[in-house]
Amino acid sequence: MAKDRPTLASTFCGIECMNPFWLASAPPTNCGEQIMRAFDAGWGGAVWKTIGEPITNVSSRYSSIDWEGRRMMGFNNIELISDRPIEVNLQEIAEVKRRYPKHVVIASLMVESKRESWHEIVQRAEDAGADGLELNFGCPHGMSERGMGSAVGQVPEYCEQITGWVKEKARTPVIVKLTPNISDIRVAARAAKQGGADALSAINTINSITGIDLDTFQPNPNVDGKSSHGGYCGPAVKPIALNMVQQIQADATSALPLSGIGGIGSWRDAAEFILLGCSTVQVCTAAMHYGYRIVEDMQDGLLNWMAEKGFATIEDFRGLSLPNVHEWKQLNLNYQIVARIHEDLCIGCQLCYTACWDGAHQCIHLDRTSPAPDTTRTPKMVEAESARRISTTPIPKLDSGTSGRTNAITPLERIPRVDEHHCVGCNLCSLVCPVENCITMERIDKDLPFESWEERVAKGLVATGTGEVMSTNT
Amino acid sequence: MNERVPFPEQVVATPEVVERFGDLHPPFDRQAAVPEANRCLYCFDAPCTTACPTHIDVPSFIKKIASGNLSGSARTILDANILGASCSRACPVEVLCEGACVMHRYNKQPIQIARLQRFAMDALHESGAPLPFEPGPETGLAVALIGAGPASLACAAELRRRGIRADLYDARPLPGGLNTYGVAEYKLPLVESLREIEMLSQLGVEFHFETKVDAAGLAELERTHDAVFLGIGLGAIHQLGVAGEELAGVTNALDLIAGYKSGALTTVPERVVVVGAGNTAIDAAIASVRLGASEVHILYRRGQEQMSAFTFEYQHAKDEGVKFLWHVQPTGIRGDGVVKGLELTRVAGTEDGSIVPEKDSAFVLEADLIVLSIGQATHANFLSGSSSSGSSSAFGKIQLERGRIVIDRATGQTSQPKFFAGGDCTNGGREVVDAVADGKRAGIGIAGWLGVQHGKG
Repeated sequence: MAKDRPTLASTFCGIECMNPFWLASAPPTNCGEQIMRAFDAGWGGAVWKTIGEPITNVSSRYSSIDWEGRRMMGFNNIELISDRPIEVNLQEIAEVKRRYPKHVVIASLMVESKRESWHEIVQRAEDAGADGLELNFGCPHGMSERGMGSAVGQVPEYCEQITGWVKEKARTPVIVKLTPNISDIRVAARAAKQGGADALSAINTINSITGIDLDTFQPNPNVDGKSSHGGYCGPAVKPIALNMVQQIQADATSALPLSGIGGIGSWRDAAEFILLGCSTVQVCTAAMHYGYRIVEDMQDGLLNWMAEKGFATIEDFRGLSLPNVHEWKQLNLNYQIVARIHEDLCIGCQLCYTACWDGAHQCIHLDRTSPAPDTTRTPKMVEAESARRISTTPIPKLDSGTSGRTNAITPLERIPRVDEHHCVGCNLCSLVCPVENCITMERIDKDLPFESWEERVAKGLVATGTGEVMSTNT
Repeated sequence: MNERVPFPEQVVATPEVVERFGDLHPPFDRQAAVPEANRCLYCFDAPCTTACPTHIDVPSFIKKIASGNLSGSARTILDANILGASCSRACPVEVLCEGACVMHRYNKQPIQIARLQRFAMDALHESGAPLPFEPGPETGLAVALIGAGPASLACAAELRRRGIRADLYDARPLPGGLNTYGVAEYKLPLVESLREIEMLSQLGVEFHFETKVDAAGLAELERTHDAVFLGIGLGAIHQLGVAGEELAGVTNALDLIAGYKSGALTTVPERVVVVGAGNTAIDAAIASVRLGASEVHILYRRGQEQMSAFTFEYQHAKDEGVKFLWHVQPTGIRGDGVVKGLELTRVAGTEDGSIVPEKDSAFVLEADLIVLSIGQATHANFLSGSSSSGSSSAFGKIQLERGRIVIDRATGQTSQPKFFAGGDCTNGGREVVDAVADGKRAGIGIAGWLGVQHGKG
């Protein structure tokens, strides 16, 4: 355990950061007044909402996905870059940097794909005092139709070329923000690296339509009865972002200092991105949902976790999980686990039973009370049996014995049993079980030596089949 | 037929009653119902469903509330329990579905199934949509149902859905039996009971009100119908058999409850004594409090542990200020034209279960109104047929046991094949939902016996 309180201070592609929590280029970083309030709340940096030729927005421009009562699990926008004059934005950058010299201000930039235009905007942003530049090659809507945003990010040649133009002029670090709307994010990352980028940020939003109003048949967000595809973000996209971050960081030709983006709302999310190699994280949806104040717990939680784990700095755990992500063929085929249901915790909901039968491998049974294991009863038969039961309202005076009925203990016939000989260790039952630790996965392989598919092929134990098999993720 | 006034419009709400008997469990609004519905685990072969006498598929109807499929939710409820709205309010869910919820074993509040069920049913009624079932193609068969309480209504619904004519006969002017006249107003308002039955009438049930069926009438119905369903409930409330019982100011719990629900009774005097400690006695005692009595006692000759009222009903009565006197037995009623008090003796239980008076323990409890709630007689005499004009009808030989009609539980069939029965007259007095379940099984049983097997509309 580190004796001293750990520090969140770090360096990202040469930029000194007091903490890794940045606001992403978006509505929360629209103007200087906002960014100064965010810095007061504890944010270490902010990527200024993309500066370029001012645009006109539509209304509405946001829509979201709710999940079982939780609001905004997924968020979508068709808002464009800044609608304020370049001059105003640059003046405010200067003002913010004057008042908050230690906080990081990155200027997000997007102009037409001309060398002079980029040279000019780079010069002006740096003159205003920006600590770095983020090239917006990711905006998936509106701007892409004008040959900017993801229209650039999706074409490696453009990506490399424009990065090169910027690098010709830039004195501060250049960060290229990548679009996920591409089959292999590493292609764009390599292009940016080739063009001389100092760092990357990923991911930008994902093309989406969040939903359709079932009364009016109008998609969301509704702009005078019509809609357009928008950029998807929020908690729902985190797994996609983590995967892309890992792909970039595990590939030597792509890897650069990385600012992670995508569904980060808590210190836990941030820790996961850093464990996959990110140096800073950028937050947007969570701040739009709850306000700037969320950063307090993000800092506090991460520091407490670091202290618990004995990490003094971000660098101490950055990338630690990267060696644990492999291709499937390198995984241990000899590692075996089975599900174990802990009777004392089981509440008898039987979600594991029906999930295993219908959704997995038919290894969970309801036969604890029968003398011989019966593995032939299907869920349909079980339900039919109980449907035929005649029940009546228990009345204490009339039904002696039923009044003492207790709910404290789950009756044996409601506690499912795992057939460990057939259990494939898929894990589904423990995922659906609503009670923590009620179903655990236990190791039963008796420590067989490690053996992967790759090794089996190498030993000639299995046929390789078609030789090189295409995988979408390698 | 179509010109008749809908049932709910045949009653006028009494403002005093509406004010004094507000909802015991207020309804959910959407903002509360959907998160509660999402809290449901959607158990497989759910214990709540098994615990419900009518086996409502609880997880399914809750899932449909969560997804916004309210009409589907209502249909899921009604498919199992045609009186789903009444049951959502009147059911003792603490000992049924909610009592069986697995959340109890997870140290969590059970899902509020009753309020969710009411939410779905209210939404259906408010939408103005018709009952989501249609009568089956007419088979030409006809069944007479005696009594228009929950058992007969549920039976009639099953019959109509299979194209069998259902002729319902009731002595009262309105349908519903205890649902309409006997459940405390703060649980199930009279007008709500009627609203639900009004929907059910869309199935084409033929109602015959203010029609007392005597032995001769029953014999006639037996002759003119293919089967007879007895949903006759229970008879008169027992008498104490002590002096002074004829005085003004002696009534019974069912008359008291029916009286205030129908608006005939809007107030009670200062001091009320309820004799008996069942759920009906509790309802009468709480009603007395709400109707203005300042002192309400419940008397019971045994102890608290032997009372038939549910624990939560007992607690509710205490919360409303009802006082309980255990181990006392009435020996006489004092008064001069009107009741003045009740003579009581303390009693002790013995090992063999009998009760013996304690020496010199007599005392008088002053009272202005005495409400008897000490159980109901059965219709055994009516069925024995002895009073009929020597008809050779089969119902005279229907097997009874302790005054209750003996039935095959699965089909409701009595010892005389043409006669089926269900509800209080077969179980001695249980809950609405038990009567509905009995009626449902009997309806399916009758159809099966008559050879009508095709699916429900």
